[in-house]
Amino acid sequence: MLHIYCPYCGENRDQDEFKAKGEAHISRPLDPMGCTDQQWGDYMFFRKNPRGVHHEMWYHVAGCRKFFNMTRDTVTYRIYETYKMGEQPSVTAESLAGGQS
Amino acid sequence: MSTVSSKKSASRKVAQSNRLTRGGRINRNKPLKFSYNGKTYEGFEGDTLASALLANGVDIIGRSFKYSRPRGIFAAGAEEPNAIMQLGATEATQIPNVRATQQELFDGLVSNSVNGWPNADTDLMSYIGKAGGKMMPPGFYYKTFMYPESMWMTYEKYIRKAAGLGRAPAEWDPDTYDKMNHHCDVLVVGAGPAGLMAALTAARAGARVIIADEQQEFGGSLLHSADTIGGLPAAEWVKGIVTELQRYEDVLLLSRATVNGYHDHNFLTIHERRTDHLTDRAPLNMSRQRMHKVRAEWVILATGAHERPLVYANNDVPGNMLASAVSTYIRRYGVVPGNKLVLMTTNDDAYQTALDWKLAGRDVVAIVDTRANPTGALIEEARKLGIRLIPGSAVIDVEGGKRVHGAVCCSIDATGSKVTSGKEVLTCDTIASSGGWSPVVHLSCHTGSRPVWNDEIIGFVPGAAKEQRLCAGAVHGVYGLGKVLEDGVNAAQQAVAALKLNQPEVELPSTFEPVKSPAMALFYVPHVKPVSRAPKQFVDLQNDVTAGGIALATREGFESIEHVKRYTAMGFGTDQGKLGNINGMAIAAMTMGKTIAETGTTIFRPNYTPVTFGAVAGRDAGHLFDVKRFTAMHKWHVEQGAEFEDVGQWKRPWYYPKAGESMHDAVNRESKAVRDSVGILDASTLGKIDIQGPGAREFLNRIYTNAWAKLDVGKCRYGLMCHEDGMVFDDGVTSCLGDNHFLMTTTTGGAAGVMEWLELWHQTEWPELEVYFTSVTDHWSTLTISGPNSRKLLAELTSDIDLDKDTFKFMDWRAGTVAGVPARVFRISFTGELSYEINVQANYGLHVWEKLFEHGAKYNLTPYGTETMHVLRAEKGFIIVGQDTDGSVTPFDLNMGWAVGKNKPFSFLGQRGMQREDCVRDNRKQLVGLKCSDSSVVLPEGAQLVDNPKHPVPVPMLGHVTSSYYSPNLGHGVAMALIKGGLSRMGDKVYAPLRDGRVIEAEICSSVFLDPKGERQNV
Ligand SMILES: [Zn+2]
Repeated sequence: MLHIYCPYCGENRDQDEFKAKGEAHISRPLDPMGCTDQQWGDYMFFRKNPRGVHHEMWYHVAGCRKFFNMTRDTVTYRIYETYKMGEQPSVTAESLAGGQS
Repeated sequence: MSTVSSKKSASRKVAQSNRLTRGGRINRNKPLKFSYNGKTYEGFEGDTLASALLANGVDIIGRSFKYSRPRGIFAAGAEEPNAIMQLGATEATQIPNVRATQQELFDGLVSNSVNGWPNADTDLMSYIGKAGGKMMPPGFYYKTFMYPESMWMTYEKYIRKAAGLGRAPAEWDPDTYDKMNHHCDVLVVGAGPAGLMAALTAARAGARVIIADEQQEFGGSLLHSADTIGGLPAAEWVKGIVTELQRYEDVLLLSRATVNGYHDHNFLTIHERRTDHLTDRAPLNMSRQRMHKVRAEWVILATGAHERPLVYANNDVPGNMLASAVSTYIRRYGVVPGNKLVLMTTNDDAYQTALDWKLAGRDVVAIVDTRANPTGALIEEARKLGIRLIPGSAVIDVEGGKRVHGAVCCSIDATGSKVTSGKEVLTCDTIASSGGWSPVVHLSCHTGSRPVWNDEIIGFVPGAAKEQRLCAGAVHGVYGLGKVLEDGVNAAQQAVAALKLNQPEVELPSTFEPVKSPAMALFYVPHVKPVSRAPKQFVDLQNDVTAGGIALATREGFESIEHVKRYTAMGFGTDQGKLGNINGMAIAAMTMGKTIAETGTTIFRPNYTPVTFGAVAGRDAGHLFDVKRFTAMHKWHVEQGAEFEDVGQWKRPWYYPKAGESMHDAVNRESKAVRDSVGILDASTLGKIDIQGPGAREFLNRIYTNAWAKLDVGKCRYGLMCHEDGMVFDDGVTSCLGDNHFLMTTTTGGAAGVMEWLELWHQTEWPELEVYFTSVTDHWSTLTISGPNSRKLLAELTSDIDLDKDTFKFMDWRAGTVAGVPARVFRISFTGELSYEINVQANYGLHVWEKLFEHGAKYNLTPYGTETMHVLRAEKGFIIVGQDTDGSVTPFDLNMGWAVGKNKPFSFLGQRGMQREDCVRDNRKQLVGLKCSDSSVVLPEGAQLVDNPKHPVPVPMLGHVTSSYYSPNLGHGVAMALIKGGLSRMGDKVYAPLRDGRVIEAEICSSVFLDPKGERQNV
């Protein structure tokens, strides 16, 4: 069971309190009606499934009811960081590969 | 011969014949009676079931899984493969899969062997087993059961019966179980020498420590050790350490507590057996077992090592045992499990067993050492005692069936790969073997860390740590008492440093370290015949896996060790490869000409030893299994004899049967009462979300498919919610309470999901809208009165709400007072009748409900439940989301295009999705009504519909019935169905072929069966 730091509550809590909501940073097209079926399909259905570093959205459903983002390794389950909605990750697959963080 | 005297003489003969008169950690003043396979025996306080059985000379404790060979107790702890028992004095207290070696004896314990069929001593399966063992060769699951499929049931019946799986109790578990959550700085797993020193060091540093051990006493191997520590006998030294640990407030000591699972982020589960050693059923007010859920900053694994048996022919005959187990029985329990011992060893450690046996006053026939020139302190001691030593040799085969009669001894070459001499048969009844030690790496494997082969210690050690994990002692190959103690301190010091605590003073106690010669790596004892033709040489006793079976698997092309495991079943089940895995890997490697490091090992999974379901469930059982939600009027419904239905977690009145009424009668009466006069529904379970803020109206515009820009204060509107794919997922009425204030209602089951949906869009996409959501479902009671007399009834209870039909119109709401209580009254209708939904603060709900009945008697005010609600809404063609929709239905499919805004400036959720190519094609499934040609027939819900029931299979499907009821108001069945192109097929006949052979004919019609113009609600 993961131990997750909620960036709003400012505490580590058990995974039980959270719900995983899939890939983070998917923004809704600003002009949906201007999208082709393919563009709309990409937005709705297509998700990354990386082996390694991934950015995910989580929901503190049994806590503060806030959505937030997490950078997590899908192999080791290591959580690199959690950050608030609207913020950008400071750890990425590229930054780790490049030795920066 | 009288029964009494025969019993007496029998009991005198077998009574603890193997018990020594002195020694061991048992209390000879406290005899305990127990039964095994229906026979009564006696043991002592401090015994395990296994030690008590051995004391009584019980040789056979079960039959093996595949070959049905007699088996005896082999080990003394968690690694025991054979002595798997069924416990329980009553049906309700049955427990399967208990290792006799881990079950403490108590007075009245009832045990049975599980895998004897028909019993352990005479077993039918042994004839099948002896018939060549061909019935179940390795891979038999894959081979035998591929064909013919019809025989599966036959095979399974007998295999299950013979397989020794035990059985679950057929009655409710009378005991309670609980769970506890902990956080700690350091969790020490295992309270042997390494674990105790680690815990002591961490405790002295002021860390919050939990130390858990599976045994009833702390000490691990020290409980049967001949060593001294700091000048004290080992067990005495343990007592001192435990006493100090108990003094610390922040140290929790858990005995009889197995750390069974090591999960992500240092989360570990500990299964504590609190009363299993006391009685069959837990004492009153005490939970039987407890699951500790621990989140540890640091974990120190001090799980020690299991001795590895040697693999030789017929090494499963009762009387073959692990060398260290024999020592444990002698030293800890005062039990010598035989008279004449042959010890076979690859190392010095096992010599202690021969010494213990000799000192117990019994005969050591010989020590067979696989090494050509063993030297060392223990070897000298054995020589001094006059024990015969046969170096450079091995026991290659065993004579005997139900008990060992002889050990077949031959010389072997220096690598242990072939037999180099003729045989000598050593007459004996016990063969103890030791192939060295296998570190207990199970828990470290749970974290995904693959064990690494270490040639020096001839074993696998934990791989690199995936968590904040340290190891201490034998678990990572550190042997020798002094080194183990030091290693425990070292591990704790690392944790203490990482925790930024001050290093405490810890003195290492003195120990005596005998000089030892190197061990020999031997995983398979050669026979004069090759592996494939030698008598059975067992690797995994629990799963009946032989060296020949593993060789066969590799010959058949299974080269990955994971495949070999699955093909042979090695390490399966409750055993989890504790004894056999390393030998098995080595034999696989040997037959493939590889090294062990190259083939690697399989991974061990949780749980380390079996856990009861009770401990997993804890208190979440019976009436506490799930949350139940009740409305404020629940008591009234119960008093009126309502039948209830579960809607999500809610208990909702289903119908209110009067004396002698069937459900059908009750629903017909309730349905007619509403349409004829007035009925009342407890609608409090509807989801209610209070929405406030300057952005509230715009937010509704984006969330709902229809327009909200112009909804005035005092007005209500029905809306559909769609996901981005354009499919309906909830519906409900939202009312404008103020310019920036709305009350949204959702379906009963969908409330939580809608709340999350609103938060999701607000927090992630539209944070610029200032809007706040509050769940108020439980704050309000909703009392719906419906029917032509509802206005008259309401008028009697309110003086400040103008009910005039032209001022308080359909889809209006008013605030005022009802029955003396502040109320919001919504004129909305889910029945098609004149209806008012009266919302009052929940704690007034019952009061208003009862007032309505006081005044309603003269109108025949009738309570109705969810079933009548469904009938009435179906008569009107109103949908239930989740019943008439299934996540693949757009508003247009529901013929509810009127609820989709055409000119909304913001592209609302679902708008683009419902315009996708597939969503706008013809011939989509559409919601229509169905009327059966035979008016007395009610279609079953879920029935599939076809155009031509005589069409050869496969018959093209049109769709299915989503809702169907008998309408007492119309005198015929009413149904709704999703049918391909249904909206343009009005008047067509379709058919529902049923399972019982009937074919029901129905006509597609409008889904609005009653009052299509809506006149009844506009009065
Ligand atoms: Zn939070």
